[in-house]
This record gives sequence, C-alpha cells and structure tokens, in this order.
Amino acid sequence: MLGGGLLLFLYALAIFAGFISPYDYVRQDHDRFFHPPTWPKISGFHVAIPRYEHLPGDCVYRRDPGDSVPLHFFVHGDAYRLLGLIPFSIHLFGTGNDNYPVYLLGTDQYGRDILSRLLYGSEISLSIGIIGIVISFTLGLLIGGISGYFGGPTDNVIMRWCELIMSVPTLYMVIALRNTFPANISSAQVYGIIIIIYSFIRWAGMARVIRGMTLSLCEQPFVLAARAMGQSHLKIIVRHILPNTFSYVIVAATLSVPYYILGEVDLSYLGVGIQEPSASWGLMLNAAQNTEYMKNYPWLLAPGVAIFITVLAFNFLGDGLRDAADTKA
Amino acid sequence: MPQPESRIVRASSAAAPVNRFFISFNGIFESISSTIKIEFFIARGNLFCHRDLAAAMLTFVLKRLLHMIPLLVGVSLLTFLLMSLAPGNYFSALSQNPQISPETIARLKAQFHLDRPWYVQYFFWVKNVLSGDLGYSMAYKIPATSLILARLWNTFLLSFFALIIAWAVAIPLGIWAAVRKNSWVDHTCSLIAFAGLSIPDILLALLALWFAAATGWFPVGGASSPMHDLMSPGQQLWDYVRHLILPAIVLAASDLAGIMRQMRGNLLDTLRAEYVVAARARGLSQGWVIYKHALRNAINPLLTIFGYSLAGLLSGAFIVENIMAWPGLGRLTMEAFFQKDSYVVVDCVVMATVLLVVGNFVADLLLAWSDPRIRLK
Repeated sequence: MLGGGLLLFLYALAIFAGFISPYDYVRQDHDRFFHPPTWPKISGFHVAIPRYEHLPGDCVYRRDPGDSVPLHFFVHGDAYRLLGLIPFSIHLFGTGNDNYPVYLLGTDQYGRDILSRLLYGSEISLSIGIIGIVISFTLGLLIGGISGYFGGPTDNVIMRWCELIMSVPTLYMVIALRNTFPANISSAQVYGIIIIIYSFIRWAGMARVIRGMTLSLCEQPFVLAARAMGQSHLKIIVRHILPNTFSYVIVAATLSVPYYILGEVDLSYLGVGIQEPSASWGLMLNAAQNTEYMKNYPWLLAPGVAIFITVLAFNFLGDGLRDAADTKA
Repeated sequence: MPQPESRIVRASSAAAPVNRFFISFNGIFESISSTIKIEFFIARGNLFCHRDLAAAMLTFVLKRLLHMIPLLVGVSLLTFLLMSLAPGNYFSALSQNPQISPETIARLKAQFHLDRPWYVQYFFWVKNVLSGDLGYSMAYKIPATSLILARLWNTFLLSFFALIIAWAVAIPLGIWAAVRKNSWVDHTCSLIAFAGLSIPDILLALLALWFAAATGWFPVGGASSPMHDLMSPGQQLWDYVRHLILPAIVLAASDLAGIMRQMRGNLLDTLRAEYVVAARARGLSQGWVIYKHALRNAINPLLTIFGYSLAGLLSGAFIVENIMAWPGLGRLTMEAFFQKDSYVVVDCVVMATVLLVVGNFVADLLLAWSDPRIRLK
C-alpha cells in the first residue's frame, strides 16, 4: 500500500512536472554553476530564500541569511505546456527574482536546476516502464500461450528462440541491438528505441512462464469443453487460458517495471541513450561520473536517489500484490 | 529410455522455466510451489535411473555440451546479422580522412571481408574462430584474440569474486534470518535485502567511487596502478587485488539480497518438513537438526538459481566495469561499439554468452552431483 501511494505521488509529480518545477529544464544560469542546494529560511509561517554569494574561486558559494526575499507560490516564470498541451507560465513556487534563485537540489555543471531536470526526467523514466511492460507482456502472453497450446514444432521453434535471447547477458544483447540504430538521433527516437530493444529481450522470459502455465491449463476440463464446443484456437487461448494467468502476470509486470527504468538509466549513462540537452535520470548521473565533481558537489547524485525510491516503490507494490494474490503465503 | 520418458521430459521442461523465472526477480518469489519443485527433481532423477551413475553422468554432460553448439551458433549468427544491419562501419569513418586513399580502404575492406555480404563474413569468422583466431581489432590494430582473452579473464575474475562474496555473505545471513524468524535479526535482514534489491548498480558504483576518492583507501577505478610494471610480483598481486575489491563488492551487493531471501525461504520450508519434526521428536539438538537435516536439503534449490544469478551478474558486471573503469568485456564492448569495431563487438557478445552458458552448465553439474535423490537412484 505504501508503495502504491508513493507511486501515485511520483506519477502526479511527473504529470505536473512543468508546473511543479521552478525552472525550465534547459534554462542555464551562467552565474551559478554547481550552486549548492538552497536552504530556505523559515520564520513562523514565512519562508524566505536567502541569497548565495559567489565567492572568488571555483564555484564556491556562501549563504547570506541576512539578505533574503520571501518565497511566493503560483509565480510567473518560464513558459511550458501544462499536461503537454496548454501553454502556461505559472509555477508552483519561486521567488520571481533572478538574483535570488530557488535551487532546492542545486545546479549542475551547466548551471541548470537539478530539481527541475529531475522532474522532467521522471516523465521519461516513469512512462518508459509502463509502455515497455504493455508491449513485452502482450507479446509474451500471446506467444507463450500459442507455444503451450499448440505444442509440437511451433512450441519447439518458439522455445529455442527464447533460449537464444535469454542466453545472452542482457546488456550485451542491448548494445548489439542498439548498434543497429544510428548513434546520434533525437531523444524522442531513442525513447522509442529503448522500448523496442527491451521489449524484444524481455518477452522471452514471460513467454516461457506463460507456456508452462498453458501446458497445465490445457488439460483442464474447461479448456476441453471449449474445444468440444468448437471454439477457435485463438479464442480459447485469449479468452479461456490467458485470463487464468493474470494473477501471476500482474505481479510479474509490477516487478518488471524497474528493469525498464534501469534500462533507460544504463543506456543514457553509457552515452547511447537520451542525449543532451534533454533531461533523463541516466544522463544526469553521467555528470556525477567525474569523481572530482562527485566529491565537491554530491547533490549531483540526486537522480540516483530518485531511481532508488522509484524502484523501491515498485518492489513494495509488487510484493504487496503478490501477498494479496497468493493465498498460500 | 522406456515409455514414461516423454511425460517426464515434459514436466521438467515445463517446470524448469517456471523455476528460473521466479528466481529472476531476485528471489522475490520465495514460494515456488512445492509440487513444481518435486516434479522438477523427479524429472532430473529419472534421467539417471537406468544406468550406473558414471555412464549417466557422462551422457548428461555430453547432451548438455551438444546442446550448447546450436545455441552458440544461433547467438553468433544473430549478432552478425545485427552488426550487418548497423549503419556504417569502421571504414566509413576512415573514408572521411583525406589522407587515406579510397584504394587503401577498399583493400582493407577486402582484407577483412567487409565488402562481402554478412553471411559470407560469418562463414569466414566461424572458420577463423574454429582455428582459434577471433579476428582483428581494427581500432586497436592488434589481433582480437589476445585483446578479448585478457578482457574475458578480467570479467571472469570480477564476476567470480563477486559470486564468492555474495554467497559467502548471503548464505549465513539467510540461515540466521530463518532460524531467528521474526526476530530483529530477521527484520533487519529483510529490510536490507529489500533496499539491496532496489538500489541500482549505477548508484552503488558511483557511491563506491566517491568512497574511494574521499577516503583514499582504494584506488579510483582501473585494474592496476601506473607503477604496476615496476613492482615485485607480490606487490603486483596486491595491487591487482586492491583494484578488484571495490568493483567486486559493488557487483556482489546486487546479487546478495536475492540469494539471502531465497536461502531464508528455502530453509523455512524445510524446517516445516516432517523429517525435521521427526528429528526434533527424537530429541536431537537444535543445531544438529538445522545443520545436518534441514540445511542440506534447503541448499539444493539454490544451486538452480546459481545459473540465473550468473546471468544477472554478467549483465551487472557490464555496467560496473564501465563506471569503475575495470578493463573487462563490458568496457571493451562499449569501446568497440563507439569505434564501430564490429568484429570485436561480435566477439564480446559471443564470449559473454559462452561465460553464461558454461556457468549454467556448471550449475547443472553441481545440481546433479549434489542431490542424493539423483545419485541414489
């Protein structure tokens, strides 16, 4: 339940990313590279944003609590599209004063607000898993069902193909597949490619399990009855056999979402996924690769924490669903 | 074998994937239904029931070895096909260079058979591999064999040590958690396991790098220090181990949680079995019951997940190698990928598959060897 609630919250954040993030994800603050996270000053019911003075030297800042402006809600800021459609420029919070920026998670090496990039990046990370799961599980269910139902040579060919895909360690397979697409393509295309690649790999495991379940379900009286009544093969598979696997499938799907999220993170981190200036969690972590950066500006690791929380939430939800579905445990 | 074989084989092939897939969630599914497990073992057991053990074992080994050949052919064929679909190759970058004449490029292309269709290239590649030659790295300008074998060895070492660390920590912890069920030990362990299952390899590797940089106790990335060649053999070994420790721990951490939960679940299952109750009724001590009666049966199913955990490990090693600059196959794959060094990419993918397939083979052997239900038949 906790996992489900947390996920609802995260998805709400992702859907309203433009509204909640104080700045645009490509907006660069050329005066404030590696700005540390802003600590708001709280006095009673008022929240004030102090000014950070840029000290001479490399990206060192000093907080000046005496010099501050109040934090406002629903302020005008960078233009964006609410829900991807409606042009809008009101943000949840901000100071409306460029000399007193609100960088709750600091800025990166180009002076971009990490919180805003994190929120925009969550649009990619949180949607990629859902779309990927729908595609790969539909494939896995259908192919596994067909394989188990018909048996014989069909089954043999499909299962050998599954074994082939599953016997290559995932990331090697991913890179081999990634190689068939051009290296420098737009982020939207990469997004699609990542889904295609991971779906191509992950249906195999699903199909094998569904095949095993179908084999035992085929012996059940209700399937024999459906056959005797002369229903078509496809109808028997889709209407009679597959629904019996759903309690397992839903749990497996929930627990598989993190593979897609981590898949995008891995590819973007390795430099063959989402490209700058788009925001993505893997790409943002790539900046933390530099140990000098990481040592001095640990807030660059924020996307890593975001990934951890998301994956944890999915695992919690999956565990809870499994307990609910499995009456034995 | 007589008639029942077909039924048995079917049961085993139906049960095995279920087993594998449940484990693929790193042991989140602890409760594999016991009937499936029993079917699985009966199926394996019957393989050996008619002949004496040595002969049965030999057929088993041979069967599995023969099974690997079409698999490896398939994987290499698929990789070659994918490589041929790739836009451009190493020479398309070279042809931009005005200092290299088109004739030279054409000559080089012909030398590496890159001007021929992919199945002809594949034919030449197989011919060379069978004589122990993995081709030529166009980017490194050296024969790929020595390059790949060195990297393969590094990846093997990294995975092997990670495996040892993971199992050496996870098994005792799992036993401890199961024996003290619902105590604070159990709760702490399952909490850590949950966090461990969710923490991404990337974050862990970055934190390890940060730890190394901040404390200076470990070298930051790489496999050897710059002074490596000047050291005595003992120092060289120590240098190597020091570089290996951190990546191995990071890699082990992702594997550890799953094994621990699996171990705990298995042991709890066996502790409920009737023979354990019987042993207790006879007045055996707690320790004797657990270690002599329950544990040996509880550890068997873990050997089946050994193979799967290896798959996760090799994939995890890919990303850890790339972050922590460990010169293994994964890092080489990325280097070759960026330079369009197509033969090396193919070789890496095939070699990683070989590692995985051989690991699975070893896991099957261990299972056949360790389970008395197989041996005593």
